[in-house]
Amino acid sequence: MLNLILKRLALAVPTILVLIVFSFLLMHAAPGGPFTAERALSPEILANLEAKYGLDQPLYKQILIYINNVVFHFDFGPSFIYKDRSVNEIIAQGFPITLTYGSIAFVLAVTTGVSLGVMAAIYHNSWLDYLAVGISIGAQVLPNFVMAPILVLVFTLLLGWLPGGGWEYGDPKYMIMPVVALATSFMASIARITRSSMLEVMNANHIRTARSKGLPMRQIILRHALKPAMLPVISYLGPTFVTMVTGSVVVDLFFSTGGMGLFFVNAALNRDYSVMMGITILVGVLTIFFNLVVDILYAWIDPKIRL
Amino acid sequence: MALLDVQNLSVKFRTNDGIVNAVNDVSFSMDPGQTLAIVGESGSGKSQTAFSILGLLAQNGFATGSVEFNGKEILNILTPDLNRVRAAEIAIVFQDPMTSLNPYMRVADQMAEVLVHHKGLSKTAAVKEAVHMLDAVKIPGAKGRAQQYPHEFSGGMRQRVMIAMSLLCRPKLLIADEPTTALDVTVQAQIMSLFSEIQKEFGMGVLLITHDLGVVAGFCEEVLVLYGGRVMEQGPVDPIFETPSHPYTRGLLKAIPRIDKGTKTLDTIPGSPPNMMQPSLGCPFEPRCQFAIEDCAQRLSPLAEFSKGRFRSCNRVSEDIA
Repeated sequence: MLNLILKRLALAVPTILVLIVFSFLLMHAAPGGPFTAERALSPEILANLEAKYGLDQPLYKQILIYINNVVFHFDFGPSFIYKDRSVNEIIAQGFPITLTYGSIAFVLAVTTGVSLGVMAAIYHNSWLDYLAVGISIGAQVLPNFVMAPILVLVFTLLLGWLPGGGWEYGDPKYMIMPVVALATSFMASIARITRSSMLEVMNANHIRTARSKGLPMRQIILRHALKPAMLPVISYLGPTFVTMVTGSVVVDLFFSTGGMGLFFVNAALNRDYSVMMGITILVGVLTIFFNLVVDILYAWIDPKIRL
Repeated sequence: MALLDVQNLSVKFRTNDGIVNAVNDVSFSMDPGQTLAIVGESGSGKSQTAFSILGLLAQNGFATGSVEFNGKEILNILTPDLNRVRAAEIAIVFQDPMTSLNPYMRVADQMAEVLVHHKGLSKTAAVKEAVHMLDAVKIPGAKGRAQQYPHEFSGGMRQRVMIAMSLLCRPKLLIADEPTTALDVTVQAQIMSLFSEIQKEFGMGVLLITHDLGVVAGFCEEVLVLYGGRVMEQGPVDPIFETPSHPYTRGLLKAIPRIDKGTKTLDTIPGSPPNMMQPSLGCPFEPRCQFAIEDCAQRLSPLAEFSKGRFRSCNRVSEDIA
């Protein structure tokens, strides 16, 4: 086990380097740059600016300087657009917000999704099944950019229960709508995966054996069915967790949460190279880490997988 | 009183293409300690007969008729009531030991939960008893093996684990659904001799589902021959093997390859098993029967005793087909 973790961590280093190089190249391949403004700058000013940010250097040199800064100084550089802020500051400000509402939404999506899926599978082809499938299809077809304005319309404008946006640390009033808007479609996917996997497991031979042992249904589900049924769900949850905690543009935009999702998209649109790179690396590191977590969970559930 | 009394058992499955009649009007009974074999080819309904007794049919299946165990009806009763019978009174060993054990649980744990549930034993006492039972089915190093997972056992060893698990509550009836089909021949012999030993030791009735007539001859007292979900012939093993009274039984016995007879070609029963979607009015074996008469497609004689303890369901008298 420890061996695997060390091996994976060692493997993560080249993976992240490749990620850096590829994103760097792709980003620079995109037309335009951070100083492409509506009003053309004079060539002298542009040259000055590019020299300040090191953009006059050849690309390979830029990459090396960047890697050096990131790896040895943990410095993601200054933002190209927000003149007085560094990427470190932007992430430090935005990430805790998305991490907070993202984690809560994740827990909500997993608990309701798994419960709905299990219920649908156990009461297969009954009204409970149809209800669960109906809810998850409804949640799936309602994208969050439709969900968010509906929530604001109902709970802020109509009922006046919740603030329409903003973020106050620790105040759940500001979290409810972002969490619900983010969680619904993930909840629906989790419910669907759980349902189909649970249906398959409930038809497995070892479940028939468990029934032949005279065990009550509750025990059959909890002891014998749930563990194997969770395997496909868990492999979906690894990348999903990263997606959720690194924020959603729609949520950040509609509820003005100040989270990282909006920063990321704006950075891409404005060619804010350093912010884009910083957030890309963060997402990459988290993805690698949570894929490792998924593998460890797999080994914990399935004794045939020896790490 | 009979240990198990099955009357007019029918099993049907609802499918998208219509109703499948897997078992039609099967009746038999077993005395305590008796060994009864149900033989038949694939799709003859023998496994579904066994599953319906313990309420283990697939979700789209349903059974009608009556199954009495020790005088009490157990067919289509409420699951909590049936759960008191399952494993405690009637245990079952399945065909495929590779998939019938839970691959995610230690052998000791999946065995112990039976005793914890039915006998109220503590976990430690239950594990101890489980190890004891693994010993009884001759698993070497039972104590250490109990802490392993099913994938660490060979096929034959897994079937021993299944058998040990089925014996935990000392059931009065053990249903063995093709317990040796998935195993290779030498292991088959070991498992069958294990069955003989444990049956002597525990004194329980065994209902053996098989298509292997060799196993029947060596192990069983009574045999029930199923075809197309109907009983073709029933009676004590030896007379049936010596003088089969039904054309299907005769065909089955003739199809056993004999190395002592020196024949070059294997006898077969021409044709293929019946379509269970459209059960025939008459005898299901009629299209493949070389003794069939006109009447056979329209009408089937009910199962009747023709000599002491022997029953057959055929329109021809047994002298005509000799």
